[in-house]
Amino acid sequence: MQDVIFLWRASDRLTVSLLRMKNIRNFCIIAHIDHGKSTLADRLLQTTGTISDRDLQEQTLDDMDIERERGITIKSHAIQMPYKFEGEDYILNLIDTPGHVDFSYEVSRSIAACEGALLIVDATQGIEAQTISNLYLALEHDLEIIPVLNKMDLASADPEGVTDQIVDLIGGSPDDIIPASGKTGMGVEAILKAVIDRVPAPKGDPKAPLQAMIFDSVFNSFRGIIAYVRVLNGTINKRDIIQFVNTKADYIADEIGILGLEMQPKKQLSAGDVGYIISGIKIAKEVKVGDTVTLKDNPCEDVVQGFEDVKPMVFAGIYPVDTDEYEELRFSLEKLQLNDASLVYEPESSMALGFGFRCGFLGMLHMEIIQERLEREFNMTVITTVPNVSYKAYMKKGEMIELHNPSDMPDLSRIDYLEEPYISAQIITKSEYVGSIMSLAIEKRGEIKNQVYLTADRVELSFDMPLGEIVFDFYDKLKSVSRGYASFDYQRTGFRVSKLVKLDILLNGDPVDALSALIHSDNAHNLGKRICKKLKELIPRQQFMIALQAAIGAKIISRETISAVRKDVTAKCYGGDISRKRKLLEKQKKGKKRMRQVGNVEVPQAAFLAVLKLDN
Amino acid sequence: MAGIYVHIPFCRKACHYCDFHFSTSLKTKDNVLNGIQLEALQRKESLADQEIKTIYLGGGTPSLLKSNELKDILNAIYVHYSVSPKPEITLEANPEDITDAVVKNWIKLGINRLSIGVQSFNEDILSWMNRSHNSTQAALSVKIAQDAGISNISIDLIYGVPHRTHADWMNELKSAVDLNTPHISAYCLTIEPETVFGKKAVKGEVLASPNSASSVEFITLVDNLKDAGIHFYEVSNFSKFGFESRHNSNYWNRADYIGLGPGAHSFIDGTRSWNVSNNALYATGLKKGTLISQSETLSNIDNYNEYIMTNLRRREGINPKLITAHYGVTLSQSFKDILTRYEASKDLLIAENSIKLTQNGFLLADRIASDLFLTHD
Repeated sequence: MQDVIFLWRASDRLTVSLLRMKNIRNFCIIAHIDHGKSTLADRLLQTTGTISDRDLQEQTLDDMDIERERGITIKSHAIQMPYKFEGEDYILNLIDTPGHVDFSYEVSRSIAACEGALLIVDATQGIEAQTISNLYLALEHDLEIIPVLNKMDLASADPEGVTDQIVDLIGGSPDDIIPASGKTGMGVEAILKAVIDRVPAPKGDPKAPLQAMIFDSVFNSFRGIIAYVRVLNGTINKRDIIQFVNTKADYIADEIGILGLEMQPKKQLSAGDVGYIISGIKIAKEVKVGDTVTLKDNPCEDVVQGFEDVKPMVFAGIYPVDTDEYEELRFSLEKLQLNDASLVYEPESSMALGFGFRCGFLGMLHMEIIQERLEREFNMTVITTVPNVSYKAYMKKGEMIELHNPSDMPDLSRIDYLEEPYISAQIITKSEYVGSIMSLAIEKRGEIKNQVYLTADRVELSFDMPLGEIVFDFYDKLKSVSRGYASFDYQRTGFRVSKLVKLDILLNGDPVDALSALIHSDNAHNLGKRICKKLKELIPRQQFMIALQAAIGAKIISRETISAVRKDVTAKCYGGDISRKRKLLEKQKKGKKRMRQVGNVEVPQAAFLAVLKLDN
Repeated sequence: MAGIYVHIPFCRKACHYCDFHFSTSLKTKDNVLNGIQLEALQRKESLADQEIKTIYLGGGTPSLLKSNELKDILNAIYVHYSVSPKPEITLEANPEDITDAVVKNWIKLGINRLSIGVQSFNEDILSWMNRSHNSTQAALSVKIAQDAGISNISIDLIYGVPHRTHADWMNELKSAVDLNTPHISAYCLTIEPETVFGKKAVKGEVLASPNSASSVEFITLVDNLKDAGIHFYEVSNFSKFGFESRHNSNYWNRADYIGLGPGAHSFIDGTRSWNVSNNALYATGLKKGTLISQSETLSNIDNYNEYIMTNLRRREGINPKLITAHYGVTLSQSFKDILTRYEASKDLLIAENSIKLTQNGFLLADRIASDLFLTHD
């Protein structure tokens, strides 16, 4: 045992002596979904010997099931790779970034923790919208960009065309672009060389007061919250009393260390290092991405710039299918929030659905992920209501009310005006789809701002449009009108005055609160009609007639009728029929149990999201 | 108290609506009949202590068997089981098979009840359904059987036939009542997927009668037969008092029964089993001494669900006290809302000792039964 302890200490000393800042490189990867980021990252881990071939699981960095299935990174991760280059030992810290617009703030913090970025572009596809906006973020932070053309092994690669796109975007010489293939390993050593030669070593003063930035955090059920940090200045030692500047909370750094394939505890981290801090924190909310960590006794003068309290953009009700499971749902959401601070929720009740929670999400993908995690990790069956964005109601008396729920809509006579959030959106597509994408954008109340040809057949379209419009079936439509050849990105730009109305849906004359939606008045008639039609398909016939109506205030704008079931009985029920028939009726009973009783109408779960699936 | 069902899986031709197990090829007939006798022997222990009160020869078309073939089957049953002195022995017969001589032979074999597949007295409907008999045979066969000495006869009728007018249905009912049989089974036409009608329905060539029309036909059926002294006692069964099918009532009373033959179901001591639905496999299996079958043992919930499902269809309805005693379920507590809802919609009549469907309620029997089901989770 003594030997083992001695070895650990020796390696610590080695670390301190060798890891001078000039041999550290902190870099991230900017890439579009499925441009091969994870495969290339795996190659870097392999070539640097960070991971043995045997241990290489596919897409090592994406370790949540959902992430691996969807092939996207939801949370960012970091990994340290030791690398010997031209006789010197280097520490290369690769900080992985989330690949979806819902998580753009987290991307910005990951970028802020680095000095360089690999810009990975699929040589068969070219640059996509998401890549461009992340690239701009990286340029804003003065990151050294190393462009990499990936998937060069494929016959359909178009290196010349894509090289032109990259040079157009970031300047520089085509010779600086590294041809690579995650699949064959081509270009991996050249990438590592470029990281060492071109990415600047971190600057910072190890003797200054501690200034570290939290760029991510994860929840571990045994250790609590693990904060991933980049030390910008100063030094942190194990057992130091630290302070999180924005939350103003003090903790003891129980354990600090670096992020290898697994966590490796260290006694000290200093300027330039990327590592982790564990201080027994149990709640994710207390560890905010972007917050500054300093020492309580010797605080830094300046906080790290760019901290934001991430605000949810999309709201929806989540209800247990079985009303008895309300407490279980609360418990599950609490648990989820432990490792996902961006999820917010508060109790709400609906006439139709009973007790549940109004949840706030970063975006539609985030909402889907939360719903899936509730089902997979907590075995909860839930109903999610129609999502909406946050609106502002300015009242005649002067105050402003934020609306997160159609049922919050005040009486129209008290409202002066309403505002809805707008975004600036970029879509990159092939030129042949420009027309249909423009029509879609206009249908979604978008205003076309710009149209730039990136190459002869790739166009970037810019729009201003209401955020609320992308909540309703925008992605699906974009995908279908462009046959999948469109990438989409957006930034929030503020609020604009808007003619909004509350559209109510009535079942047999009674409004169903969970089916209400806040929408632009120009769309109301059309949408009301389509919702009624869709509900007619989704709600099974019952033993009485059901009237479906769409209304704005007292005015009925659309009506459909579901006729009554007059007959539901099989003819024969003899010795050989009983078993099969029992199983059939049992199946029907189970299906009904998943339905929700609204008044005396049984409504299937899918109906509560009908408004999102109008064209399916 | 137990019953034996024998499945004769052969027909001359396929009726367009039928999805029962049968074959129009008679190649395996001898082997299957042999198999049925072997099965009767093999399973004799399972009903060793019970008196067999009913035997039912169904199909398929058992009336296409020769007298001696029927005799061999009945003999096997008599040899291996204790058949009561006055059993109900029913034979399903097609009108075209019925002659005076044949019926007299059946009587000699002990057959004392016929279920005749009349279906309709209308020539067009019979040929549309691909039946083997014509409208004259439909009525005449019943008279021949009665004259030959069997009065305990049931006839099958089909309603819910598309494009049939109400007047036509009334005529069918009148023809049926005029035959003066003590029992009538009337089945609503169901378009099953694996039938000629099912396949035509997919192409849009056959459309089932709208439910509203068949509901009206059902109500007419119940009322007209009642006027003739033939009373509703199960969703598809009507009889003069005392002439209810004892064999079928046995199923609904959850008594034990054995089903012999390919595809036949058995229910013994809470376990249900069913023979392989393939004539060749069935016959060769038994030849080698093996009955190819599957089984399931019913849980308390399964038993409860089956009781609800089969008994809601009956005139007497379900008995809440019996349900509490047998299955430990208190309906008034577990299904308060559902009972109240269906009582309010006039589909259920709720009394202390019985919960019965109303005439309209019978049209929703499956839906209401399913609502009263328990689930396993």
